[in-house]
Amino acid sequence: MELLMAIIIGILFSAAVYLILSRTLLRVILGTGLLSHGAHLLILTMGGLDGGAPPVIADGVTDFADPLPQALILTAIVISFGVTAFMLVLSYRLYAEHKTDDLNMLRGNDEHD
Amino acid sequence: MTNLLLFPILIPFLFAILLLFFKESVLMQRILVMTGLFFSTVSALYLVFVVKEDGIQTVTLGSWPAPFGITMVSDMLSALLVTTTLIITFFVVLYSFYAIDEGREKNFYYPAILFMITGINGAFTTGDIFNMFVFFEVFLMASYVLSVLGGEKKQLRESIKYMLVNVVSSAVFVITVAYLYSIVGTLNMADISVRIQEVNQPGIISVIAILFLIVFGIKGAIFPLYFWLPSSYAAPPIPVLTLFGALLTKVGVYAITRTYTLFFLQDISFTHMWLMGLSLLTVVVGIIGALAYFDVKQIIIYNIIIAVGVILFGVSLMDGTAMEGSIYYLIHDMLIKAALFLLIGILIYVTGTSNLREMGGLMKQYPALGWTYLIAAFGLAGIPPLSGFIGKFLIVKGAFQAGHWIGAIAILLSSLAVLLSVIRIFIYAFWGEPKPTPERSKTRYNRMMIPAVLLVTLTVLYGVGTEALVPYMSDAADVLLDPSAYVNAVLKE
Repeated sequence: MELLMAIIIGILFSAAVYLILSRTLLRVILGTGLLSHGAHLLILTMGGLDGGAPPVIADGVTDFADPLPQALILTAIVISFGVTAFMLVLSYRLYAEHKTDDLNMLRGNDEHD
Repeated sequence: MTNLLLFPILIPFLFAILLLFFKESVLMQRILVMTGLFFSTVSALYLVFVVKEDGIQTVTLGSWPAPFGITMVSDMLSALLVTTTLIITFFVVLYSFYAIDEGREKNFYYPAILFMITGINGAFTTGDIFNMFVFFEVFLMASYVLSVLGGEKKQLRESIKYMLVNVVSSAVFVITVAYLYSIVGTLNMADISVRIQEVNQPGIISVIAILFLIVFGIKGAIFPLYFWLPSSYAAPPIPVLTLFGALLTKVGVYAITRTYTLFFLQDISFTHMWLMGLSLLTVVVGIIGALAYFDVKQIIIYNIIIAVGVILFGVSLMDGTAMEGSIYYLIHDMLIKAALFLLIGILIYVTGTSNLREMGGLMKQYPALGWTYLIAAFGLAGIPPLSGFIGKFLIVKGAFQAGHWIGAIAILLSSLAVLLSVIRIFIYAFWGEPKPTPERSKTRYNRMMIPAVLLVTLTVLYGVGTEALVPYMSDAADVLLDPSAYVNAVLKE
């Protein structure tokens, strides 16, 4: 199971890297979304996927899934949600001001000499 | 007073929340932000005193036993860094009153600064690796807001790049923590330190060490991960640039220092050699940048990169003398960079440009600015009575003792280049034929000078009073060189 997850996470990472290296800003932001999906799945996988009940205390259950990675993922999800929301609004403002979403047009080294 | 070490984190946080209610009243905001910073600075100074008297302070939140709850740890290094952070912020906020326009002040400029300080102080104090990630995100989020606040075209363009780089490095941070968790099964930094020695997996631990170097190297701008820094720091207004330049990269440097002295001690010849090589290359690229530009902002920004290289070179030696030198240099550099950025902010204000070729002959009109700048420039280069000397001296001494004479000579030569780069600003801007400058308000100039002069005075005192600081610096270096002190303080074995 861990091997399968590792391969899937690897595919997510490569798709994310491919998108982040593209020219359109929206594709780059989609890439960061995939990157955080990959990272969150990786925490889950690295915590161990071996069976067990959901981490809620119930009578007669002794084998629980590791609750710590789940708490870490929950934290990381809301953080990346906040950052992504900010980044989307920022790119909207950028588009409104600069009239382009092509990152090659946003290089702007002209003011240094 | 067991919660004393939380005060420098909680007081800015509470005042930041309070400030959100006074959006329109600039006066109220200014009073509150100064009160908050004053109280947190006082508590931080008292914390340094307590750590000196009673050793490392720890609090495990919620009274859970040590490896299970989140532990906050204040050893001498983090207490000193927290204090320096708050002092610098105090002066930068004072400067902001005259350097920031009202539009920004009314749109959560001060709360963003206080939230950033919360995150920075938290990252310096935490004893839990995932909690460090969270505090990193706290100050990064506030720094995104500060870097884009105002919404100028240049700011929008540069802050999206700054955000993207940091989002990627945060994802790598999460990934690295996941790998580390799968091997040691704990997040408490003291516990990780113990378990890494127990599990005996040198190969994979070295891989994680290099991943941490990449993550914190992006935050701290080491070679070859510094590429984002020069343009994104140049975009926001000067007080924001000062905070970023003095504080943000230093959190990355602190995180590398902490992880490389606490966790990754099983294969020093591999991990620390990488750190040493990269830090020397960082110095080289910093020098190239600092000498290449005719833009005052860019010159000082590349000087940040040089300093990061020098400090990490000292850390990578893992030697008592050099470690102490690195801590001296770290705190010196935070203070002097803040002072220099404030001074070139005034220079840009009085000339209306950041291009050196369009300045000249300011010495007659602004002698106080000229002489203060000269003292700060000599301090940065490390001329003996001033603050930059002792740190670099100890680093070079440590390097010669350890037989790394190429590194030691490179650090010495870098001082010459640093001096050349900042003296070039002095020669171009203050000597020569006066060039026409725009009409500027004398009172505003005077008021902007106050925090800058106070900070430069502080760096001079730091240099002159080195003798008084020796016990504090050696305490800080001792904990870094002997992780068992840290581990025992946290795990109470």
